[in-house]
Amino acid sequence: MHDEFRTLEATAESAGGAAPMPALRVAPSPHIADPSLTTARMMIDVLIGLAPVIAMSVWVFRWYAVLQIVIATLSCLAAEALATSMRRRALTLGDFSAAVTGVILGLSLPWSAPWYVGVIAGFIAIGLGKAVFGGLGYNVFNPAMVGRAFVMIAFPGALGAAAYQAQGVALHVVTEATPLTLAKQSAIATDWWPLFLGTVNGSLGETSALACLLGGLWLCLRRTASWEIPASIVGTVAVLAGIGQLVRPDSPMTLAHHLLGGALLFGAFFIATDPVTSPLTFRGKVVFGIGIGVLVWLIRTFSGYPEGVMFAVLVMNAVTPLLNRWVYPDPLGGPAPAPKS
Amino acid sequence: MSAQATVPQVHSGSLSWGVHPDDRKQLSADAPIEVLPTPAQVRVPLLQHLGAPNEAVVKPRTAVAWGDVLGRSDAFVSAPVHAPIAGKTARVGAVTLPNGRRVAAVPIKADGEQVEGRALFDAIYGGPWPHDEIPDDPRAIVAAVREAGIVGLGGAAFPTHVKLSVREDRPIHTLILNGAECEPYLTADYRLMLEAPEPIVAGALAAARAVGAQQIAIAIEDNKPAAIGEMKRAVAGTPIRVVELTTRYPMGGERQLIYAVTGLVVPTGGLPLDVGVVVMNVGTAAAVARAVLRGKPLTHRIVSVTGEGIATPKNLLVPIGVSYAELVACCGGLTPDATRAVAGGPMMGFTLGSLDIPVTKGTSGLTVLTDSTIKKAPETNCVRCGRCVDVCPIRLVPTRIALAARHKAWDIARAYHITACIECGCCAYTCPANIPLTQLIRMGKAELPRS
Ligand code: SF4
Ligand code: SF4
Repeated sequence: MHDEFRTLEATAESAGGAAPMPALRVAPSPHIADPSLTTARMMIDVLIGLAPVIAMSVWVFRWYAVLQIVIATLSCLAAEALATSMRRRALTLGDFSAAVTGVILGLSLPWSAPWYVGVIAGFIAIGLGKAVFGGLGYNVFNPAMVGRAFVMIAFPGALGAAAYQAQGVALHVVTEATPLTLAKQSAIATDWWPLFLGTVNGSLGETSALACLLGGLWLCLRRTASWEIPASIVGTVAVLAGIGQLVRPDSPMTLAHHLLGGALLFGAFFIATDPVTSPLTFRGKVVFGIGIGVLVWLIRTFSGYPEGVMFAVLVMNAVTPLLNRWVYPDPLGGPAPAPKS
Repeated sequence: MSAQATVPQVHSGSLSWGVHPDDRKQLSADAPIEVLPTPAQVRVPLLQHLGAPNEAVVKPRTAVAWGDVLGRSDAFVSAPVHAPIAGKTARVGAVTLPNGRRVAAVPIKADGEQVEGRALFDAIYGGPWPHDEIPDDPRAIVAAVREAGIVGLGGAAFPTHVKLSVREDRPIHTLILNGAECEPYLTADYRLMLEAPEPIVAGALAAARAVGAQQIAIAIEDNKPAAIGEMKRAVAGTPIRVVELTTRYPMGGERQLIYAVTGLVVPTGGLPLDVGVVVMNVGTAAAVARAVLRGKPLTHRIVSVTGEGIATPKNLLVPIGVSYAELVACCGGLTPDATRAVAGGPMMGFTLGSLDIPVTKGTSGLTVLTDSTIKKAPETNCVRCGRCVDVCPIRLVPTRIALAARHKAWDIARAYHITACIECGCCAYTCPANIPLTQLIRMGKAELPRS
């Protein structure tokens, strides 16, 4: 009787046909993945989004921009290679995250920074900003901002307000101080059109609001950057600066200066949106953005620094793990009922 | 408070979570339903539903006719199984179902006169479906459904008569027929809606009468305009409404469907009946019509045999218990690069280690994938991009749950509501770091300590 069943099973097997059976592998679902989404693809997206910013900075600062970006990027790539080989891990240059850090770092420097500033910033960014935490995904702070903060403190002269200004260079824009410095220290208001276009002095990537908007909006459309973050940063600064302008209509730090001048848009679209160091959930992202906006406005308005985007991002990076723990939604349908004991 | 006032109108719907994979339905969408030639033997598992297993009620070496009961159980949450072909039984043996469960099965060797081909299709889906012959008594409808062994044909395989048995304290206001078929590749429900809309309509009316629903909706994704047209034509003159859904996976999940069509949210850990809704797959409705109007049991179903790994993808009407190998053979066999055979669709289906496994009532398709379709980039660390959060239809934070499960940090997993996950696969599908999020969460749910 038992044998009879076996025979049935055996015949069923042979019913598969004469063709040789390919080996079937067993695996849990889902069995397909979105082919257009990989970590490397996201990073390449960021590089594409940065393209208009790079183009604008090269147009305004000529080969000074090229030099800074190339130095910072090569340093970051070298640091990444060194860090991964020291930790005996597979080389991770292929995920392009070090290249992104390098380009953003380069764009955040002044045109005049000596070559070793870019090199040191690059190695600090990757080494201290990322590798010591365990590599991509584990870092708490935005690596590029870690690198920049380090050189800003180590070489105050090379990155201070004075470093931006120079006479006798073949660059027209650098004969004047940056718009925020002008407004803050000399109470001179720059016209909004050059601010928008970017034909003003400043760190390489920050001057052109137009380029930041173009690249940044594209990133948001690709959903590589979460729109919630730039929207809440810019919205917060707009509200606070708008109130400020109502209270002190004669201040040269106008709403246009807050929004179009300095690194606000560059930071909002390209730095704060670094996924690793920003919150996961919708509410988390909004709180994160509002926090950065408030800090930027506070630093710009009340501190000795003309610009506050870097510090604001770093502070909110530090808060992000807490935000991730505090603000996560209840599941649709309410929290899961307690397990029956 | 009047219940009437709180009944939300059914409407066309969309979903703001979920993913939109390439649906690949073109592989089999235009293949009309074909009747599988009667196989030499079938093995009918005694447990094909969620619930108590059946006991075999036939002895080995006895002759059975098409539709004879093979196994039943006295438990309420169970569904009897019936002979899908005429033949002779053999001794009960064990088979391994795709979900890994080993269950007893009754083998039948084909013998004697069989109903085949067009005649079989007509017997199951053809002919008139007179609405006025649906019994007035809900209990008669439920009894017929129970006797016919009907379970949810969309994949969940929950006994249908249990769903249709309304409790006093939980009145039902809305019946939704699920024609979303949101899994990529699968086209079984689509073909049924095109080729046999009448039994679906009759089954919907019978089920609605059984539960006392005031409104009936047939919900279909807008990537199936032909099915929408055909169903709209078939519901003319009935109170049934055809509602269009935007195409988005997992629109066909009960919770998502109810939310999209009525705006109601089924509580976590609860059931659709908690919000007064019953959801039924369109194929199930056709089976209900056949049980109620013709007194016939569920013995066959439509299975999409599709995927790049199948030579000629088809939609087949097959007897329950037939081996997957026969389905594949009927479709020209596997292509040389076939690597993964999935019972169901690629988002939630179970892989088959061998094709010598019987088709069950809950099998909506066999999707055979090739290396190139399942190719993945290597896994990297989580870059915390939040995409898994954006797509989760339950609004969970998959990355936290999955990584907590990986590290067996059960309090974190529980704090982030691991048990609310419906294992839809959206998070793993979308993760750029290619972390097997759904797989880790599923494992975590299985290993989660009870307290
Ligand atoms: S989608 Fe993947 S990489 Fe992105 S947050 Fe979720 S787990 Fe991390
Ligand atoms: S966590 Fe669960 S419910 Fe959410 S997307 Fe992942 S598998 Fe689906």
